[in-house]
Amino acid sequence: MTAHEIHETLKARFGEAILDAKLEGVIDPFVKVAPDKITEVARFLRDDERLQFDLLMCLSGVDYTGGKLGVVYHVNSMKLNQKFVLKVEMTVENPHCQSVESVWKTANWHEREAFDLYGIVFDGHPDLRRILLPDDWEGYPMRKDYQVPEYYNGMKVPY
Amino acid sequence: MGLLDQRFENSNVFITSMDNLLSWARLSSLWGMQFGLACCAIEMMATGASHYDLDRFGTFFRGSPRQSDVMIVAGTVSLKMASRIKTLYDQMSEPRYVISMGSCSNCGGPYWEHGYHVLKGVDRIIPVDVYVPGCPPRPEALMEGLMKLQEKIRAGSLVEKKTA
Repeated sequence: MTAHEIHETLKARFGEAILDAKLEGVIDPFVKVAPDKITEVARFLRDDERLQFDLLMCLSGVDYTGGKLGVVYHVNSMKLNQKFVLKVEMTVENPHCQSVESVWKTANWHEREAFDLYGIVFDGHPDLRRILLPDDWEGYPMRKDYQVPEYYNGMKVPY
Repeated sequence: MGLLDQRFENSNVFITSMDNLLSWARLSSLWGMQFGLACCAIEMMATGASHYDLDRFGTFFRGSPRQSDVMIVAGTVSLKMASRIKTLYDQMSEPRYVISMGSCSNCGGPYWEHGYHVLKGVDRIIPVDVYVPGCPPRPEALMEGLMKLQEKIRAGSLVEKKTA
């Protein structure tokens, strides 16, 4: 299926939940999905006969600055040899997004990483805690407005 | 081998001080602690392998801090790892030595400015005897570091100096 066909299929199935799309002039065409609908959309992408996106290649967190955070999903269909990208946007004040862990198990650690470094809260994740940084770390270091702490457990951090 | 300069011509007898003998024994069997943190560890493994052969200096790696004389901090020390390194160092029996290998453990290396998670020099948590520069240092450089440490041990003494 082409990106346009995938977009049409999603639009027909989910309507308002598909917020936006950019299908031309980019390397990876994508659609934007509402953060409280992403699990449904993901499950449809995986299970539909024409789509069969059985592999989540990557799940990334993004800080777009200006109080906007995002999650980007790169999905692939091994069977039909096609790729697609989903994007979700949210605000720093309300950084909540549905988890797709129940759809692709790969998402488990990816979502923990995005939570660890960007503070994006994935609702429905079975074990959402820090994965890379120590448990007692404060703040989310990959956010653009992050300030390096002066001390961590008595150790000076800046050079 | 300053100690053995006199050849064994007189019935295999030679005279030295106990201090010298102990220092010689210690510097000739510096057992390293077997752990690595990043890419420097690869270079450290190469130094230990057959081509560079650390064994000929009496150095080989032990799996336990209790059996180690020297800790080679080979790689980036993250803040998460720093407390573990401190624990390992505390578990080593004295006399113990530390070689800081590579720019990261010397001063933070390429992470000096934006490395929010990197300890900018392992000497912020444990005392360091020899710093080996490089990113990563070649095996020759690490061997030179070890030899510097041997010099230090040879010049030192286990006996506490009496102050007058």
